[in-house]
Amino acid sequence: MNFSLFPLFAQIAPTSTHLVNLSWVDLLVVGIYFVFVLGIGFYLKSFTKSGTDFFMAGRGMTAWIAGVAFISANLGSLELLGWAGSSYQYGILCVHWYWIGAVPAMLFLALVMMPFYYICKTHSVPGYLRLRYGRGAQSVAAVSFGIMTVLMSGINMYAMALVMNVVLGWNIHFSIWASSLAVAAYVILGGLLSAMFNEVLQFVLIWFGALLIPILGLSEAGGWHGMVARIHEKFPAQNYTHVWSTLGSPADNPMGISWIGIVFGLGCVIATGYWTTDFLVVQRVLTAKDLRSAQMAPIIGAAFKMFVPLIVILPGLLGLALLPETLVGENVAKVTGGHSYNEVLPLMLAHYCGPGLLGLGITALIAGFMSGMAGNLTAFATVWTYDIYNPLRKKPMSDVENVRMGRWCTFIGVLISIGTAYFVMQFASIMDYVQALFSLFIAPLFGTVILGMLFARITSAGGFWGLLAGIGSSISLWLWVKIDPSALRFVALSSDAKTMAEDMYRALWSFLIGVIVTVVVSLLTKPRTREELAGLVRGCTEIPAIHYPLLQRPVFWAAIVGVACVILNVIFW
Amino acid sequence: MQKNRLPIWFFIGLIMALYGLIIFAAGVYAYYVPPAVELALANVHAAIWWGLLMLFVGIVYIIKFRPRPEHDISEDK
Repeated sequence: MNFSLFPLFAQIAPTSTHLVNLSWVDLLVVGIYFVFVLGIGFYLKSFTKSGTDFFMAGRGMTAWIAGVAFISANLGSLELLGWAGSSYQYGILCVHWYWIGAVPAMLFLALVMMPFYYICKTHSVPGYLRLRYGRGAQSVAAVSFGIMTVLMSGINMYAMALVMNVVLGWNIHFSIWASSLAVAAYVILGGLLSAMFNEVLQFVLIWFGALLIPILGLSEAGGWHGMVARIHEKFPAQNYTHVWSTLGSPADNPMGISWIGIVFGLGCVIATGYWTTDFLVVQRVLTAKDLRSAQMAPIIGAAFKMFVPLIVILPGLLGLALLPETLVGENVAKVTGGHSYNEVLPLMLAHYCGPGLLGLGITALIAGFMSGMAGNLTAFATVWTYDIYNPLRKKPMSDVENVRMGRWCTFIGVLISIGTAYFVMQFASIMDYVQALFSLFIAPLFGTVILGMLFARITSAGGFWGLLAGIGSSISLWLWVKIDPSALRFVALSSDAKTMAEDMYRALWSFLIGVIVTVVVSLLTKPRTREELAGLVRGCTEIPAIHYPLLQRPVFWAAIVGVACVILNVIFW
Repeated sequence: MQKNRLPIWFFIGLIMALYGLIIFAAGVYAYYVPPAVELALANVHAAIWWGLLMLFVGIVYIIKFRPRPEHDISEDK
């Protein structure tokens, strides 16, 4: 999840030295990748004629394609590099973002929320808010999402170019323009269809490019127990290898957080909010060909997501155990000239991979970046066209005009992203602020959507004012700590809290404030009739009852994935 | 229109097979002419077996999802 990574790349400075040298074989591997993604874009152009094709991939995707694209859009290069670095810094605690964060949230999306998103046939999450609450809530959600999406796209682009500069010594301008124009080309040509096809391709390449590190790393370390023994030997003062047993007190773990922040802040609010209301990921699931596929897609995504720690968390832990040098924070690395936490994945690549395999690993990083950027662009084009531009017109646009607008939006979105990348290049600390701002909208939006989806008594005024109050309180809490750092002990319940812990608690408070305002205003205003809420709210909507055999039922597979996730938590307790 | 669209798995098969071939060849070359930079676990020759694995997976996908004009090749398969 990008929202938790904002401190990581804020202070990396462009450098003239680099970690690895690519041979011509590696460059050939990277070059072939670019040929393939552009080729797929050209190939799919002829299949992208209508607005539904361009913005919703024809609403004909199978559960597998939608499910893989669902997590691939999130599995960006910052996720790969950032979580590996965070695991080196905080240890196995980072796995909570997967096992208590993402997986339960995806199952919740599949079983509880997806029927309403799918049955109302909305194009977007702000579109759902329009149907449920009216234009006010739609506009607040669409404008904030649209602005933050292109800004995030630009910041990610800059961060990736910076990483390419640090790792490979590539020119920053070349990295920004080459990779963003490639993404623009295939998204403009084939819309969401092309983006999703490439996301599936990128997902496979990311796994094959990154999986070799844990395999070879565990082999070198003498298996899991050998790795744990080495970590304890090198860092006897810290506990890096337990998921839950150190969460009794913030002072007992490297992250400075307790189980309350993890369970309620991360599990119940931030992660659930992100995976169920961030349109960047939800859009992929809305392309499914029928309701069962739309429910199965997040379940398939959850099953894969459960094992993503193998390629992001485990390399960080292996870095702790095996790398001869001790990595440090960015500030220290800049002064001492050493390697930072964020370089752990490229360092592990360079540790094991020779010509060919190194190219594959670098391709995985580039693929991660491109899938993340394409996700931002397609979501931005859809929200702009359907939730910002169309409502401003007296007469709705035709289907052909919608597609034309979507293509222009993608192009302009790329230009704005490139502009943002150059902007943050001048003022690198802005990355901190804009990425943090993005996270501020997730928790309040989740409160508004979930209340509206579950309770008919929630009114349009309640939804609108609750959303505004949630966003307002979230921004206020963030500013409070920025202006007065000692306020951390109130916001995060501990002065030991690190940035991630602060995020968890801020999300929890803003969610609660948004929910309270929504409920109070709703009780004071008149609700819509049950007939008006048909297809939008639980209890007013008839979910199509199609009886599948047990092995084809979403609830069966959700139970399997859920039980497996619980077992993993217990094993690594 | 949907009827003749190639499944994404076919493209994945193509790129996997191509990458597998290149990485396998690079691994065989490195076996006889070791690279100047010494790698950890260089003795296991990861590029050779990883390349072969990718080549195998790629070929399986190409065969399974190859274009067949007489059939409707949908994403389901």
